[in-house]
Amino acid sequence: MNAPSREEMHAALVARQGEKNVEKLQAATVAVCGLGGLGSNVSIALARAGVGKLILIDFDCVDVTNLHRQQYKANQVGMEKPQALSANLKEIAPYVELETHFVRVTEENVESLIGNADIVVEAFDNAEAKAMLVNAVLERNAEIESAEKNAEAANKEAAYTKVENAEAVNTKTVNSESTKNLKSENLKRLQYLVAASGMAGFDTANTIQTRRLSKRFYLCGDGVNDVNDGIGLVAPRVMACAAHQAQTVVRLICGMENDG
Amino acid sequence: MIKVNGIDIESDGVSFAGKSVAEYLAIANYDCRRIAIERNGEIVPKAKYAETLLADGDSLEVVSFVGGG
Repeated sequence: MNAPSREEMHAALVARQGEKNVEKLQAATVAVCGLGGLGSNVSIALARAGVGKLILIDFDCVDVTNLHRQQYKANQVGMEKPQALSANLKEIAPYVELETHFVRVTEENVESLIGNADIVVEAFDNAEAKAMLVNAVLERNAEIESAEKNAEAANKEAAYTKVENAEAVNTKTVNSESTKNLKSENLKRLQYLVAASGMAGFDTANTIQTRRLSKRFYLCGDGVNDVNDGIGLVAPRVMACAAHQAQTVVRLICGMENDG
Repeated sequence: MIKVNGIDIESDGVSFAGKSVAEYLAIANYDCRRIAIERNGEIVPKAKYAETLLADGDSLEVVSFVGGG
């Protein structure tokens, strides 16, 4: 059977999620860092919800030990994860735009990988990799904010000095030049970050929560249950955490979390 | 009063004002490779743990990541 047309799928989403929300989701770019139990589930949820573009990043290949919780198929063992997940996503949501990177995220390459995303999803399994990415994204935001503040202050000062000596007629020109300067320094964009920590084991899924730790930083999970304590990852609990992350992303895109 | 993850770390009389974030982390036995720190809602860059001094009224969020995903 042929896949439904783009228009049919769009109409089905609009009927369920509302036109404005679907438009916002369609315009959004989300980077998913790590395509394991969290990232593969987050990606599928976001593709189904109509997110326009996903950046899929992982350095690993599908392994038989992944199949109990990650959204791959037995016949995909050995495939590069970004490629395998792309194939699965295209079967589910044929019109989602995908960008794939088969690479390990490091402090050095992080900007080139996630720089164009509106929202970054931290979905690694390694605690140190999680901390590295969270620090990198939050430090990046802080640098952008401080550059914005400095540019604003410098522009104000420049405008003030020029205006002091200029005819009133020239004021407008000076101001518009200042705005241009400010904008050209603001090519980097601030990002939201949705990370996860603590989802291993057989505990109830009810302890998995989403917390907003600061303006642009959300953390999902129970915060405690470590895979290194000998308890494995169990599909439904990992999916519950992934669902928390994906729902947070959807709410952010639709403007339902911008309260401070 | 200085709070870390909502808890007053000076409640037993030990003062942390003037101590660096790095000193606090060592005393509290944190693994620096697995954490991210926000101080009053702003990230503390990893390179600045040693030079960032705690002050009375500070509220720190130390996120300690565990494995699994």
